[in-house]
Amino acid sequence: MNRQEQRMLMGNEALGRGLFENGCSLAASYPGTPASEILSSVVTFSREAELPIHIEWSINEKAAYEVALAHSYTGKRAAVAMKQVGLNVAADPFTRSAYLGVKGGFIVISADDPGPYSSQTEQDSRLFAHFAKIPVFDPSSPREAKEMIKKAFELSERYEIPVMVRPTTRVCHARQNVTCKKPRLLERRARFEKNPSRWAATPQFIYDLHKLLNEKMDKIAEEHVLSPIPYASLPSRNKRCVIASGVAFAHTYELLEEMGLLDRLDLFQVLLPFPLNRRFIDMIQSDYEQVLVVEETYPVIELQLEKGKIQGRKSGFVPRQGELTPDCIHDVLERFLGSASQTHPARVAQPGKRPSLCPGCPHRPAFFAIKKTFPKGIFPSDIGCYTLGMNLGAVDTCHCMGACISQGAGFYHSYAQDGGNIPPIVVTIGDSTFFHSGIPGLINAVVQDARFIIAILDNSSTAMTGHQPAPHLGIKADGTPAPAVSIPDIVTACGVRFLRQCDPYDVPAFRSLLEEADQYCRSEQGGVAVIISKHSCPVDKKAIGPEQLYTMEIGETCDGCQLCLKQFECPALVAPEADSRAKGRVRIDFHTQGGGYLSSEHGEREGVAPAASPREGATRAPLIDQALCVKCGVCKHVCPKGAIAVKEETKA
Amino acid sequence: MKQQIIVSGTGGQGILFLTRFFAEAAMMMKLQVLTSEIHGMAMRGGTVVSHVKVGTFKSPLVREGHADAGLILNKQNLPLHRSLIRPDGYVFVNTDTPGDYSSIDASGLALGAGAPAMTNLVLLGFAMQRGGFFCEADVARKVLKKLSPPAHLELNLKGFDMGFASS
Ligand code: SF4
Ligand code: SF4
Repeated sequence: MNRQEQRMLMGNEALGRGLFENGCSLAASYPGTPASEILSSVVTFSREAELPIHIEWSINEKAAYEVALAHSYTGKRAAVAMKQVGLNVAADPFTRSAYLGVKGGFIVISADDPGPYSSQTEQDSRLFAHFAKIPVFDPSSPREAKEMIKKAFELSERYEIPVMVRPTTRVCHARQNVTCKKPRLLERRARFEKNPSRWAATPQFIYDLHKLLNEKMDKIAEEHVLSPIPYASLPSRNKRCVIASGVAFAHTYELLEEMGLLDRLDLFQVLLPFPLNRRFIDMIQSDYEQVLVVEETYPVIELQLEKGKIQGRKSGFVPRQGELTPDCIHDVLERFLGSASQTHPARVAQPGKRPSLCPGCPHRPAFFAIKKTFPKGIFPSDIGCYTLGMNLGAVDTCHCMGACISQGAGFYHSYAQDGGNIPPIVVTIGDSTFFHSGIPGLINAVVQDARFIIAILDNSSTAMTGHQPAPHLGIKADGTPAPAVSIPDIVTACGVRFLRQCDPYDVPAFRSLLEEADQYCRSEQGGVAVIISKHSCPVDKKAIGPEQLYTMEIGETCDGCQLCLKQFECPALVAPEADSRAKGRVRIDFHTQGGGYLSSEHGEREGVAPAASPREGATRAPLIDQALCVKCGVCKHVCPKGAIAVKEETKA
Repeated sequence: MKQQIIVSGTGGQGILFLTRFFAEAAMMMKLQVLTSEIHGMAMRGGTVVSHVKVGTFKSPLVREGHADAGLILNKQNLPLHRSLIRPDGYVFVNTDTPGDYSSIDASGLALGAGAPAMTNLVLLGFAMQRGGFFCEADVARKVLKKLSPPAHLELNLKGFDMGFASS
């Protein structure tokens, strides 16, 4: 590439580019929305690299953090990326790394999700950084995110301390034209200098390390270059100012510009919300009487501003939860400026269409079989595409990564101690989640003599976040081969004595395995039963496609009960009235009034819908949208009247 | 030049492709651009809307009533996202039911051509022909050439032209 070049980058790619350009030689991550594309982009950029970069999808965030930390101990630059709840998993190495510090620049990118859009909490990583005494940058755009990576590496090396960069969903998944440069070549050789009183610090050394950490924080809070950036008309004319950070700053700036207030109100952008610049705090205290703080998601800046005149999320002036959208900030600004004509009711996000498992997804028949076999069962589940099993009534709990197995054990012990009948407990966990943090739970359940069923949904992919490889697949982040770790071997080694494997597409076989597993759990010598439900995610490009394709039809035994829609919910099975496209385009392809095709397959459009059916309910017969159907043939197991049948079988 | 556009539909309909399209087109025109997308769970067939802001903006999000144009790939989304579009803005809807918006049966046309996956491009072509967008059709075709995987390029251009030619 030229020395400089404009590229269209997503925020996550800009972060990855920042790592690449600034001599980062190790990047580790565990996928999770909104952070997943950070590491994949480093893989892409590393193809331009002159020096090797070790890039890994680690088994979980804790492992990722520790791998990267040791890399920094050798004097090289390292980074670890995760979503905010991933930082909970890495909390142990994270908090101690502040005390012990680092050598080579060390960055932890923790992506927050105000809203939230795809997370189990709205927690603010900046507050976590505050708690751990780790400085944190808060970018407001992809471009700024890339620049902050450079600053973060420099700060980290100046103070030998880990530094956090905290983007939010709106930065991670924004796209912007960003200037890209050639990477800096650091050419550092690994050199670990032993120092047990630091790298293996026992409690006797911790007091001094903590003191040193506090001194570092004080000095960083004095750094002039990191102090908030003033916009507009300083010094203040009306003793009123707005302080903002992250994407909330971007919204605020634009709103004030639009309202023509940029030159009448003092606005500050905070780049480093913790530790907040000391002189800035003093200046705010002495120069302003009314202060509004706009930040996501918890009050971190506000907490450091000490006095009572501050308006923000802590004071309740700014809504205390949820994303700060431009419309929401607009409202807050109007109230702050006393110009509110009326308070606009917050726009309640309308639900729209709920997501569902893809057509042909192997999780669907697995959940269908579980629910059919044990209508009164308890179903702990976990995080991934398969959380959508909720739509099929086969997911009762979803807590945090890997929790389902221990929850299954907890449910068992609770019912078992009462005596009497124990409901069937069927836990579902994905392959990647199993590796991430399911294994300790499995060992624990076995040794505590819990008795329940675990279905490991092995679709050979981390599908929800973009099909990253998991440890049993034998591929590295860049697609090159790696040693594979087998799930059945692990399950056996954990002490499980009932282990079967089944393709969930074969619903009857899967159901009889579930029955067998249940009997095993209830037998005298029983214990934890594991069934590996094995079928690749059809959306994953790495997956080997099916051998057979089944064109399905809905025959005349259909009485319009729509059980298949309610209990199976394949997006390709549609209610005739639900889809306006179906109207006027229904093609009755066989001589019944029972149901039909959307004509996509045939490349022609019929003029009219079928005349009202003579049979009751027949007009309620579902349609198969051939544009969505992937011809998996699984729905033949679904209709209790046998109305859904294979019309034609073809080799793929 | 300042322009705000929204693209609305359900996950899997090619919302992200259209968003990237506008972003790349702006860059090709040497304009500043910011977009905002939704990834994750919603992409599994749920409702999604993405925002495009061309020009000197700082915030990636479009405010209520501020979009100059909206591409709605799925009529059910009209009540959800229409309020983002200015009252006098352009509303392009993929539907065979006419209404107080510009409509084209993009799904039907794409299906008819045997490629339902190009529905989004039919709607794009249709919109480009009448929307007063910041870029012209020749730039659009160049961007499609840049963004489309080789195997899909021909169909994508065909879809675009089909929408562009229809009235
Ligand atoms: S991406 Fe794969 S695992 Fe996820 S819902 Fe779709 S088919 Fe299922
Ligand atoms: S064959 Fe049946 S289950 Fe499979 S995608 Fe088509 S309609 Fe859905």
